[in-house]
Amino acid sequence: MSDLKRTALYDLHVSLGAKMVPFAGYEMPVQYAAGVMKEHLHTRNAAGLFDVSHMGQVVLRAKSGKIEDAALALETLVPVSILALAEGRQRYALFTNEGGGIMDDLMVANRGDHLFLVVNAACKEADIAHLRSQLCDTCDVTPITDRALIALQGPEAEAALATLVPEVAEMKFMDVATHHWDGVDLWISRSGYTGEDGYEISLPAADVSRFSEALLALDVVEPIGLGARDALRLEAGLCLYGSDLDATTSPVEGALEWAIQKVRRRGGAREGGFPGAERILDELENGAPRRRVGLLPEGRAPMRAGTGIFAGDVKIGEVTSGAFGPTLQAPMSMGYIDTAHAATGTVLEGEVRGKRMPLTVADMPFRPSNYKR
Amino acid sequence: MKYTEDHEWLRVDGDVVVVGITEHASTQLGDVVFVELPETETQVAKGDEICVIESVKAASDIVAPVDGEIVEVNDALADNPGLVNEDPIGEAWFFKMKVEDMSQLDALMDEDAYNDMID
Repeated sequence: MSDLKRTALYDLHVSLGAKMVPFAGYEMPVQYAAGVMKEHLHTRNAAGLFDVSHMGQVVLRAKSGKIEDAALALETLVPVSILALAEGRQRYALFTNEGGGIMDDLMVANRGDHLFLVVNAACKEADIAHLRSQLCDTCDVTPITDRALIALQGPEAEAALATLVPEVAEMKFMDVATHHWDGVDLWISRSGYTGEDGYEISLPAADVSRFSEALLALDVVEPIGLGARDALRLEAGLCLYGSDLDATTSPVEGALEWAIQKVRRRGGAREGGFPGAERILDELENGAPRRRVGLLPEGRAPMRAGTGIFAGDVKIGEVTSGAFGPTLQAPMSMGYIDTAHAATGTVLEGEVRGKRMPLTVADMPFRPSNYKR
Repeated sequence: MKYTEDHEWLRVDGDVVVVGITEHASTQLGDVVFVELPETETQVAKGDEICVIESVKAASDIVAPVDGEIVEVNDALADNPGLVNEDPIGEAWFFKMKVEDMSQLDALMDEDAYNDMID
């Protein structure tokens, strides 16, 4: 694994008994000694600590110094209202391409005098190149490579983090703020990717080990690997770029209309003006031929990525993510099917090892999320 | 006990052979969430894929370790697949076979040879 990068927490992962695997160019912990199932349930019942330092952190600052100019510049690349994003708030966004497909999904935070972006690890080089080539006239694009990123997720996350940083208890879902711990500046958002309440914390790489150790010293906090993270996000109905979204998938196909505010849609004050607007604006009004849906297989056998989905003899789609849900105690999948069959409750069949098994189109999240709104 | 390169154990019990997976295999698989067992009275040949184990990580097959007939399967695994992690070499046996030619077992590994293989 010599050509793989390591995060600042590598030594801590190894000391905690992690099994390290290659992921998006990094050696990352897929699980610790407890195993995927226990780690998953611990996150749902207490608090889980995740290393997400492989993700890309980028500061976008307008050359004019005005946050509005950075917001308007970024709006040329995403079908999302960034101008309306208040200081101290974060929202989900999508980089689209000329074909109306999704280049990456990301989080955008308004941190007062600049925008702070968190992008997927596998896409970060391309995203940074895209931002630079498209916005170089108006903005400075600064990759933040000296900061780690960790997530603390679960019903005990607030109480646990508040023992070190009391101010976090006041934050609401999707708030962002800078707080301090032992002289270290923490860029905190109340968000995550598990369907639980929790926080993501960007902090200097030099301090992340001792901060993580201080969290892990608390009884309720355990380290959680990528294996559990995948089933947690799937139970929460959250899509994973590269699995459930790619450069050919449009936001409407991806069932991500909620991320596109009215002001960017047809008839809105800042209608269009992002790559692929023609297709995306049309699909927002008229729908798309296929759609991402939740799928609940009958029985206990998971239907994993690549499982064909059939209505009668006709193949109408494919699973893009599937696993056994430790909280659900049942298998769950998400995938793309012809929109004609996408109504909740529709019974279809998935083909597993040559056998057709029933599965039902289901609403997501598969279990209620616990965000602190 | 005899062992295969596919991490199965075989225990002779009267005129049948009981088959399961090793502790090493169950640890490598991670938490098992689903087991699909063969039908009884099925004739199987060595190497046939006859069981599926799904863990939180992936699906894996169990192959027939020798030629024979499936005479009993462990239905408890369907209801409680986690037994494979809790007691892989005891309660979590997968199936029992009537073996045509017991000398096929001689070609399998003993415990020392298996432990050498997984080291």
